[in-house]
Amino acid sequence: MKIQRIFSFAKKDLKSILREPGNLFLVILFPVVLTVVFGISFGAIGSEQTTVYQIGLVNMDSGVNPEWSHTFTENLVHMEILKTHDYVDETAAQNDLVQGKIHGVIVIPELFGESCNSFVRSPEDPSSWVETTVELYLDSGSLFATQVIPPIVQQVLVSLVGGEQPASLSIPIQVGIPSLIDAEKLTMFDYMAPGIFPFAAIFLIMIVAQSFTVDREKGLLRRINTTPATPAEFMLGHTMSNMVMAIIQVALVFLMAFIIGYSSPAEKSGLVFAFVIVTVFALCCVGFGLITAAISKSPGAATGISFIFILPLMFLGTFVSVGFSSVTQAAGKFVPSYYVTDALTSLLLRGAPVTSSTVVLDFVVVLASSVVVLVVGVVLFEKYGNA
Amino acid sequence: MVKREPSFQIFGELFVTCNLWPEIFIYFQNSEESMSGEQAEIVIETLTKEFEDVTAVKELSLAVSKGELFGLLGPNGAGKTTTINVLCGLVQPTSGSATVAGYDVLKERKQIKSLIGVCPQDTAVFDYLTGRENIEFFGNLHLMSREKLKKHVSTLLERMGLTEDADRRVQKYSGGMRRRVNLAMALVHDPQIAFLDEPTVAMDPQSRRAVWEFIKGLKNVGKTVILTTHYMEEAEELCDRVGIIDYGTLIALGSPDQLTEKFGVKNLEEVFIELTGRHIREGV
Repeated sequence: MKIQRIFSFAKKDLKSILREPGNLFLVILFPVVLTVVFGISFGAIGSEQTTVYQIGLVNMDSGVNPEWSHTFTENLVHMEILKTHDYVDETAAQNDLVQGKIHGVIVIPELFGESCNSFVRSPEDPSSWVETTVELYLDSGSLFATQVIPPIVQQVLVSLVGGEQPASLSIPIQVGIPSLIDAEKLTMFDYMAPGIFPFAAIFLIMIVAQSFTVDREKGLLRRINTTPATPAEFMLGHTMSNMVMAIIQVALVFLMAFIIGYSSPAEKSGLVFAFVIVTVFALCCVGFGLITAAISKSPGAATGISFIFILPLMFLGTFVSVGFSSVTQAAGKFVPSYYVTDALTSLLLRGAPVTSSTVVLDFVVVLASSVVVLVVGVVLFEKYGNA
Repeated sequence: MVKREPSFQIFGELFVTCNLWPEIFIYFQNSEESMSGEQAEIVIETLTKEFEDVTAVKELSLAVSKGELFGLLGPNGAGKTTTINVLCGLVQPTSGSATVAGYDVLKERKQIKSLIGVCPQDTAVFDYLTGRENIEFFGNLHLMSREKLKKHVSTLLERMGLTEDADRRVQKYSGGMRRRVNLAMALVHDPQIAFLDEPTVAMDPQSRRAVWEFIKGLKNVGKTVILTTHYMEEAEELCDRVGIIDYGTLIALGSPDQLTEKFGVKNLEEVFIELTGRHIREGV
């Protein structure tokens, strides 16, 4: 394998992206414009005031430890983004929800206090925990309510039992600490941003697929096949150039997001890791692009076929998926972008450390799926697409 | 590099049969000039290539000696490009064998690729790169040193009349300029053997004449050149020997003078008409 050839492929590809207006738009301008438009639309720019969501609260906890549910309620109230209304029964709350008077209903279960206590008693022994579920009903017509409220409720719960290190339960338990999220400073864009970052990278699929099919249609791949360049050098060069573009793309999107006012409790390490995860995900998109190129007979077909991958990745795994049904959201667990968004939400929205189990698990899934998809893409392209 | 002895050595005489015209049975004695004791650079032995129900090349046998400028003539679809694709390792033959510089096209493609330069029939250039960048790219694939590459590219650009436009993107080039870049990309690494597949097709007369001079120059420095064309005057001007192919079958082989003399005609076009009853540009 010769570095000179790999660099030549990579350099040529970078020029292709930077000099072709269509490619340049999709890879660079589109993500930047998307970020800015969403930022303006959803409050990252010039918005100190945040939308307040009306939440119905049904407290069914009548157990021996009512202080847990009271603290949980107080923490929710403390968040200025939510305005709670107490209901004595679930039916009344749901009626108001159906009539659009409130955005959502939170039902605190009967054994909520005991559940919290069981965790405090044996944080390392899940078998002894009393399992309960906080039910959440949201207005399906409000995309933003469905997007914003679940992470807040989840975070308040985690903070309630887990103390000051959100998103990580393997810590000494501190009870009653008020919510650590400065919700009053967060905008809808802050909640959406973790899904926007992978959203932008997804369009690399189309770029890669078109690039390969155009070269094939023009006879350039056949021509390269008459030189001593090996398939490995060819693939590595293309992957390298696309990774460089992905890094530039992600950096620009992050930069634009922060310039227009995106705020995150994440530490520097969290930001860097978020960057790494999206970049690894870009590798996955290169793989999907290769698969698309392998099964497409022309650049036009490649554009259409690329949506077979783009749409599920986009609708099931990014910010777009939040308002969908539970079945659709469950299906999201089968697409890599879901784990990217999940990891970025933990890192950027909840301020979770990079060592938290959620982030590590998400990263492992993204890395593994990226490697698998890339290998499958290379093999398929070599077999069917490099004619 | 150590060259191998070709496995196929029967070049003193070559029988060419044409199944489509049973009345034609030609016995050619190979040109003494072309094969007089010289080592064969390219050897094709009973090569057949079928694509589903179409036989593109049928039992083709010929040899090209080192330093020879050999023309493969025939109408569109005759099997010229398929033959070149087999020799370049792009296409596997259905049967038969071929060697390039002693290397088997099936088993030793890697060695062959480092020795050859291929100019495809359809212009295959990167539109978003400049003329210079296109040529440099292929030089890099052949691992040329920076200094040597720079020198070769400058020379090629000058000889192709592209120096002034070298740093413009190819998408802004005229058709003739694109074809000249196409040719330069194949030759930048100074290959031992050049496969030029219709290098002057659709070129203006001036560009064609410039390319002819360039191709003559290749022969003068000892390169082996396989040139496919359906321009008979091009073959007459450039080639030491020509092989005329029709429907995938070799129907004539020899120097242009030998062939015209043999059939008592003025040029190769008339040779083709004598053999097939058609003009070469009528197609198949």
